[in-house]
Amino acid sequence: MTLSNNLAARVRSGDPVALATVIEGEGVGNHLLIIPGADAQGSLGDPDLDRVVHRDGLAELEAGRSGIRTYGPQGQTTPEDLEGTPTVRVFVESWAPPPQMWIFGAVDFTAALARVAKILGYRVLVCDAREIFATGRRFPMADEVRVTWPTPVFDERGETLGPRDAVCILTHDPKFDIPAIAGALATRVGYIGVMGSRTTHERRLERLAEAGIAESQDLDRLMSPIGLDLGARTPEETAISICSEIIANRTGRTASQLRGGSGPIHP
Amino acid sequence: MKELLDDLDRWRSAGTRVALARVVDVEGSGPRGPGAAMAVSLKGEVVGSVSGGCVEGAVVTEALSLLHGEREAGMVTFGYSDDEAFAVGLTCGGTIRLFIEEFNW
Repeated sequence: MTLSNNLAARVRSGDPVALATVIEGEGVGNHLLIIPGADAQGSLGDPDLDRVVHRDGLAELEAGRSGIRTYGPQGQTTPEDLEGTPTVRVFVESWAPPPQMWIFGAVDFTAALARVAKILGYRVLVCDAREIFATGRRFPMADEVRVTWPTPVFDERGETLGPRDAVCILTHDPKFDIPAIAGALATRVGYIGVMGSRTTHERRLERLAEAGIAESQDLDRLMSPIGLDLGARTPEETAISICSEIIANRTGRTASQLRGGSGPIHP
Repeated sequence: MKELLDDLDRWRSAGTRVALARVVDVEGSGPRGPGAAMAVSLKGEVVGSVSGGCVEGAVVTEALSLLHGEREAGMVTFGYSDDEAFAVGLTCGGTIRLFIEEFNW
């Protein structure tokens, strides 16, 4: 298999892979394909450079980052080692698995949210304990529909959730919400949103306290009530409100109107 | 690059030579991040995009000159940050750097 065939197969199957390419310096156009748990394929032109870029590429891939790194001809990285030597600039492009969105509650809003999440590239899991609501027929856009309680799902694969992922709890039902919130808080997930009115939110905080969840660093992670204040009414508008909040949360932006600001739009 | 894979396959099995341009760096305001890619076949067919449409035309020119042997694989910069500034800029005022190479690996 050629290097690009291997790359294409990994990218198509959604398995993590990174491609390092020499873009400036000795060996422009050389490639090294980096796959977690396997030997690298190809070469940038020097075995020591390959070894260092392989190591760095795995870290970039883990973080889902792509960018340029500068090395000496044998993979030197410290400024003293780089002084006076020609440098090699390497572009590491990462293809990380798609981010996940777990939606708890098979309600009206769920289908709309799942659709918008798919447009944004998420792998979508819908979970509800009620068999008649949580069906693949009602949620054909979801990658997976689970009929179960939240706790088993978190026990089974909560550790796969990371900063790029989102948990949206739409049930409005304390006996489902509370275990879902507790499960999500025990993970590294980047976004936890919980639907409900402000009154529901207040009552939920009381129930969380009864369940032993009252630490401010935990409660600060909860986006509750979920979403940005767009005045959204329909499920589709609400889905946009939620996904907009997720994006702003990830980028650390205020989600205010661009025309009211100044400076670059993409800093 | 994922959206290019089917076309890259098709061109490869047809024996058509292809140039691949990937965004490797964006400075200031830029519409697409590192990894945005486009491919240009020797026949001038184009798939993918690397900006909001600001520089694609100029990338096609670079890609064809690469395939015609008039330039080597390497960097192309669009924007106004250095003295190497190209005539083509980005409406958003940023600078993007592309790496362009023949897709033959």
